Amino acid sequence: MTSPGSVLIVGVSAAGLSTAEALRRQGHQGRLTLLDAEPHLPYDRPPLSKQVLAGDWEPGRAQLRTQAQLEALDAEFVRGEPAVSLDAAAREVRTDTGRVLRGDAVVIATGLTPLRLPGRRALAGVHELRGLDDALTLRAHLTAAKRLVVVGEGVLGGEVAATARAMGLDVTLVGLGPAILAEQLGGPVSERLTRAHTERGVTLRLGVAVEELTGHEGRVTGVRLATGELLAADAVVVAIGSRPATGWLEGSGLTLGDGVECDSRCRAADGIYAVGDVASWEHEGHGRRMRLENRTNATEQAQVVAANILGADRAYAPIPYFWTDQYDIKIQAHGLPTPGATVSVAEGDLDQGRFAVLYQESGQVTGVLGWNMPKQARVLRQQHLATRPVATA
Amino acid sequence: MKVIVDEDKCCGAGQCVLLAPEVFDQREDDGIVMLLNAEPGPDQYDLVRESAAVCPGAAIEVSEEA
Repeated sequence: MTSPGSVLIVGVSAAGLSTAEALRRQGHQGRLTLLDAEPHLPYDRPPLSKQVLAGDWEPGRAQLRTQAQLEALDAEFVRGEPAVSLDAAAREVRTDTGRVLRGDAVVIATGLTPLRLPGRRALAGVHELRGLDDALTLRAHLTAAKRLVVVGEGVLGGEVAATARAMGLDVTLVGLGPAILAEQLGGPVSERLTRAHTERGVTLRLGVAVEELTGHEGRVTGVRLATGELLAADAVVVAIGSRPATGWLEGSGLTLGDGVECDSRCRAADGIYAVGDVASWEHEGHGRRMRLENRTNATEQAQVVAANILGADRAYAPIPYFWTDQYDIKIQAHGLPTPGATVSVAEGDLDQGRFAVLYQESGQVTGVLGWNMPKQARVLRQQHLATRPVATA
Repeated sequence: MKVIVDEDKCCGAGQCVLLAPEVFDQREDDGIVMLLNAEPGPDQYDLVRESAAVCPGAAIEVSEEA
């Protein structure tokens, strides 16, 4: 494919914005249009459950770029208009106002939609956390609330529980899994993390489902568990996962599975690409389809998508990486630290405040994790996984 | 080129060290970025720009003037 005259990017969070910047940096001189459902200037999401929720950062601190930096992109921004449909053959996107935007190349970067509890009633005081407005609404509520129930034992659930605990709330965390981050980090580390939450005063109800939310006069009053137990609450955060935001792509002609299905070049169709949380692509290094919901993937994949739009032929085959900060614990996970792997300590001690471990399957190191050892984890990654985060051509 | 890092935003991923080890390092104790060279030479420009682009904390700023 030759270099396109115009590029339209749908979704301007970390992945979409990074794609735009990479296009300019790699020499795209044609038209660049950035369409976003949000009215805000592009902001970063990881701080929403931590610094922004805690009130340590003003919301503006989470902004990804200054106004001047955005202007330097020489792009046309359309904000506050969700995309409602895509005509993949014509490469045309329609917004909710009826506006039609076109690009010689179209990049889909619409991210995720948080899951809601099935059958949940519309009750005040029940929150999902995905965007900046969600974070500010939740923060305002938590500063007045006393008892928070967090539903979900994943990264977001763990971070919200930790932040709310530090704000002085009485916090109970409910989850289907056996331990916090059990699915992401496996036995020993997730058990260690679960203990850390208990030590800091979080009440845990793990391995149990939520039956229903209870309310009075339209406000949430508690969470009833499948065991029959009723947890009183004046605030509830539902963090049970997300789904790729692909509803607007129904009927577009693209293949939608767990996300927008792309080839190893992150191409969904001729001239159509997907990037970030919404993209499912063939990881050549692992020989299987992958979709990653993490911040590093957004920017790394953006570099490859931009290069491929401009005529390169680069496979995207990253080493997955995510981090989570909970209390004074900084966890860094490189590679695939799957629950089935054997965990061995490389540095430190699991009972101490700092350690690094290796995850191995069939004798091969598949993942590296640092617990308050970010540098050591990165060095172990270089020793055991690979040397560069992006396979630069 | 001038490089500025925001320690408060750094999450300790070390992506910058993987890409441009002559310009960036991490502190031993908490993994926060250490700037080894705030005005790197032209041979480092592309690596530094890519480091800023992929930094998951958006903690690296590159000024192309000067």
